[in-house]
Amino acid sequence: MTDEPLLKVENLQTQFFTEEGTVRAVDGISFEVNEGEIVGLVGESGAGKSVATSSIMRLVETPGQIVGGTVTYKGTKIVDIEEGPDGQPRPSEEMLTDEEMREQIRGNEIAIIFQDPMEALNPVFKVGAQLREFIELNRDVGSAEAREIAVDMLREVGIPEPVKRYDSYPHQFSGGMRQRVLIAMALACEPSLIIADEPTTALDVTVEGQIIDLVHDLEAKYDTSFVWVTHDLGVVAEICDRVNVMYLGEIIESADVDDLFHDTKHPYTEALLQSIPRPDQTVEELEPIVGVMPEAINPPSGCRFHTRCPDARTVCREFHPTEQDVSEAVTATHRVACVKYESIGYEDARPLETEATDDFGSGLIDASGEDA
Amino acid sequence: MSNATYETDTDPDTDGPAAVESRVGWRYTISQVKRDPTAVAGLVIVAFMTTVANIAFVDDVLFGFLGQYAFFANRGIEQFVLAETFWVNPEVDPGTNQILRPPVFMTNELYPEQPGTMAHPLGTDHRGRDVLVRLFYGTRIAITVGIVSTGIALVVGTVVGAVAGYYGGWVDDALMRASETLYAIPFLVLVIAFMTAFGRDLTFAMVGVGIATIPSFARLIRSRVLSVREEDYVEAARSAGVRDRNVIFRHVVPNSFAPVLVQATLQVGVNILIIAGLSFLGYGAQPPTASWGQMLNNSKEYMLPNPWFSIWPGIAILVTVVGFNLIGDGLRDALDPRINN
Repeated sequence: MTDEPLLKVENLQTQFFTEEGTVRAVDGISFEVNEGEIVGLVGESGAGKSVATSSIMRLVETPGQIVGGTVTYKGTKIVDIEEGPDGQPRPSEEMLTDEEMREQIRGNEIAIIFQDPMEALNPVFKVGAQLREFIELNRDVGSAEAREIAVDMLREVGIPEPVKRYDSYPHQFSGGMRQRVLIAMALACEPSLIIADEPTTALDVTVEGQIIDLVHDLEAKYDTSFVWVTHDLGVVAEICDRVNVMYLGEIIESADVDDLFHDTKHPYTEALLQSIPRPDQTVEELEPIVGVMPEAINPPSGCRFHTRCPDARTVCREFHPTEQDVSEAVTATHRVACVKYESIGYEDARPLETEATDDFGSGLIDASGEDA
Repeated sequence: MSNATYETDTDPDTDGPAAVESRVGWRYTISQVKRDPTAVAGLVIVAFMTTVANIAFVDDVLFGFLGQYAFFANRGIEQFVLAETFWVNPEVDPGTNQILRPPVFMTNELYPEQPGTMAHPLGTDHRGRDVLVRLFYGTRIAITVGIVSTGIALVVGTVVGAVAGYYGGWVDDALMRASETLYAIPFLVLVIAFMTAFGRDLTFAMVGVGIATIPSFARLIRSRVLSVREEDYVEAARSAGVRDRNVIFRHVVPNSFAPVLVQATLQVGVNILIIAGLSFLGYGAQPPTASWGQMLNNSKEYMLPNPWFSIWPGIAILVTVVGFNLIGDGLRDALDPRINN
């Protein structure tokens, strides 16, 4: 079963049923994580990255609901939604129950490192006690042994004087130290997969570097796979093996990290890359992506990026692109969802720039239109 | 503390735990309360009342229980043995005493020429029993009813409110609508109806008042849980596979508890007052057990000949309730981070 990926997400759909309408936060994403791999999930705020990760853990709360797709972890279906006889989505019989999910998957197989280390530790518990609680829960050890493991983990993630710090409260730690504790918590239960939800976003750059080094070391040591959620392409370049770029609930490009940076296919990825400084390219001025991401409650027709896409043509507004395999090498897959790579008349269509400005005449687009 | 952003493995920017002033935990809260003189006054009052109540409990209930067994009875242990040794039995008519005596150095209409004596420092009641000793033994009832009734409301209200707030949806609707129904019935009517149905004694007074005050606790903790459940550490606990039960009671409730604690302290005072009121109406401790409300009830007939008989239990209730309120106010200030300096 070595060919089988550790985690396989197929056509995952999560929607939020709000009063204003249905928000399609995650709209049919598919990706895979192999053993020992760090897979990036990249996108702007509101792209659905965090909803995607909580869907994998089945932690989406009402009014949110997973309405379709399959998530297979080590051959077990942790999410498997099928259409019921009444047309409503319902869990299939193979899908784990909530009870099994909690006992078998959460913590001991898949763990999460949260975004904000200031918020993710319970302020009324000593950090050691929290660590121990999670270890006792997920590993078959007594409380004295769990304490030893907890102290070892604290030492492992670089907390000085772990025996003493075991009895400290979270407010007595700095941000970087707390993030280390959170990493210790995630690793302590020896999961095979860790979902890191923007773990370095709340940290300053010097600490970010240390944490990334730490993750690299630990990944090598424990052979843990990661899903690394971030909006920071710099971190992606440094840490990830494969990258999935998300836009409005969809994955629009998926490639090995080198291909993504040097053989960029999708205009959105291109625009993202142009909006950050890169050590390998010298430019006069950075180009931000115009406008803001539209609301997922009422996504644009056709290609969802066409309202902001510099390459958009009329056909982009009508045709919703599907993922195409554009890989040149046999070993690596490079998939992209863009009309450009489908033979449906992109070449003949008229550019869309002005119309886009009219259709979505937000202030931001207007302002940037004047600049251009 | 410096908030240095640079840190290395060997030199963290925080010192050892001892160097950091902890802003959570009992020790810190108590140290804050101690800085507040009115709260200290409240603590002193409540500590005194609790001590008195404990002595009364031992002498009345514990010795009364043990006295049923020959082993202890033969050794002189019986109900009110302490009271009789040092003073007089609070529940037995002495028969020989003069009734409605004024307090020491004072006179009243019945005894214009005979000031009270040290034999009965606060005078005697309408059956010639010593008022001071009855006040003393009435403390047990007051403190017990205050704490037990609040405890019932606190425990049930916390469970109801936390579960409702955490799960939301129809669970929330069902529980909160039920508690609002309880809230809609006038308080005293509810308690009196409850006691009429189940019995007029003190146990049902405590349970009845406890049940009637569940909604205020449930609402309070629910409102806190609604915000606490959105915290990352709750999600972290869930993602680590912690059971819902443990998420609620280990992670959510402790972080929602501060306002409930304040409310509970204040509620103890309120409940003492309410149950004294119930006793006054005849719903509560039954004679001959000494309770403050019942003393007030008895004294109302003798307001003119001996007003002192009414005044003493009134003062006792007042002081106790004020004591609990002062603690409650002090706790509220100590637990509110915005007031901390």
